Amino acid sequence: MAAVEQPPGLLTPRPARVLGWRRETAESVTVAIEPAGEPWAPGQFNMLYAFGAGEVPISISGDPARADRVVHTVRSVGMVSAALGRLRRGDWVGVRGPFGTGWPLAAALGRDVLIVAGGVGLAPLRPVVYELVRRRADFGRVTLLYGARTPGDVLFGRELERWRGRIDVLVTVDAASPGWTGDVGVVTSLLRRAAFDPARAVAMVCGPEVMMRFTLDELRRLGQPEPATWISMERNMHCAVGLCGHCQLGPALVCREGAVFRSDAVAWMLRVREV
Amino acid sequence: MLTIADAVNDCTLFDGLSAAHLGLVAGCGRFVRFPAGAAILREGAPADLFFVVREGSVGLEVASPERGPIVIQTLGPGDTLGWSWLFPPYRWHLDAVAREAVAAIAFDAACLRAKCDADHELGYRLMGLFADVMLRRLMATRLQLLDVYAHGSR
Repeated sequence: MAAVEQPPGLLTPRPARVLGWRRETAESVTVAIEPAGEPWAPGQFNMLYAFGAGEVPISISGDPARADRVVHTVRSVGMVSAALGRLRRGDWVGVRGPFGTGWPLAAALGRDVLIVAGGVGLAPLRPVVYELVRRRADFGRVTLLYGARTPGDVLFGRELERWRGRIDVLVTVDAASPGWTGDVGVVTSLLRRAAFDPARAVAMVCGPEVMMRFTLDELRRLGQPEPATWISMERNMHCAVGLCGHCQLGPALVCREGAVFRSDAVAWMLRVREV
Repeated sequence: MLTIADAVNDCTLFDGLSAAHLGLVAGCGRFVRFPAGAAILREGAPADLFFVVREGSVGLEVASPERGPIVIQTLGPGDTLGWSWLFPPYRWHLDAVAREAVAAIAFDAACLRAKCDADHELGYRLMGLFADVMLRRLMATRLQLLDVYAHGSR
């Protein structure tokens, strides 16, 4: 029988060396690896293989302008992500990707941009923010609303401060600790303070599904049209190329048609309990 | 110069009120300012007014002997501060502190309650607007209680 050739990186992980790491919070680590695949777009993800542990999808969280490294931010929630969080400079990791759809930066040109992130959901949106800040004059008003559990769980704190000079940044936590000077409350409560014109805005939302559901409800109330709102979905991905069906979300496969969807394509499914 | 009537017209809280009702509401309002750190409301004190924040940030706090003041929510421009003025015994349930310099419109509760008693249409409309504020706060509090960031990879 003739051997079936697979494009490298599609189903076979390519080895990549870890260039560096940084602890972001008690549970999250950012890992930079050498580029091992095709160029990527903000919103795409790689399948990262921790040798001896397994493989998981991880969004790319780095600066698209840095061609010398690909950056991922990993929250340790299971055996594989914990193993990825223990990677150190010089270690090896397996990489497949990049996979999935990206955030609609081209559609946002000349328009207001509203970014709503919750928890580690800021990681897949960070590449967008890098681009918005770098090409600030190409966009209208840009606002980043970010919600985290506690002040200790806020990701990319130093960058959030740096970005404040270029875009509007509001950060809120569900539970404050002494010394916290930012907002307290859920991220949806910041939406009414955001300066954006629903008639000409593009919204990008990423976070836990419940948070996104409430955010979409509030955006709808404020007049933001569903076709101008994008969300990043998460499902149990295995093959990442639309073969295995593990990440099926109604009629869509999140790995292939997502993870970034226009909200009118999937928002209705957020209320279907079976999916 | 911005008048109270202009500022009340700009408040999203009062969206949907007729011009006549907006005029009645504005008649009970005045501009106020608080420096950073000022106590705006104190738990248990008479709820004889309410505010719409125009600038700055207000922290809603619960005093705790063990942990000091606990900020449970912050309010910013456009947010409504205080609804205890609507319900007997008209006492505040929380502390409110200016986290930075605050500019607001303060509304005299007795003035507005008297106008609502005299004009039930105004009272009905205002109650609907405040019920909407309370519903949003309740939903936000429920979402806060869900602790949505505690689990999962996001």
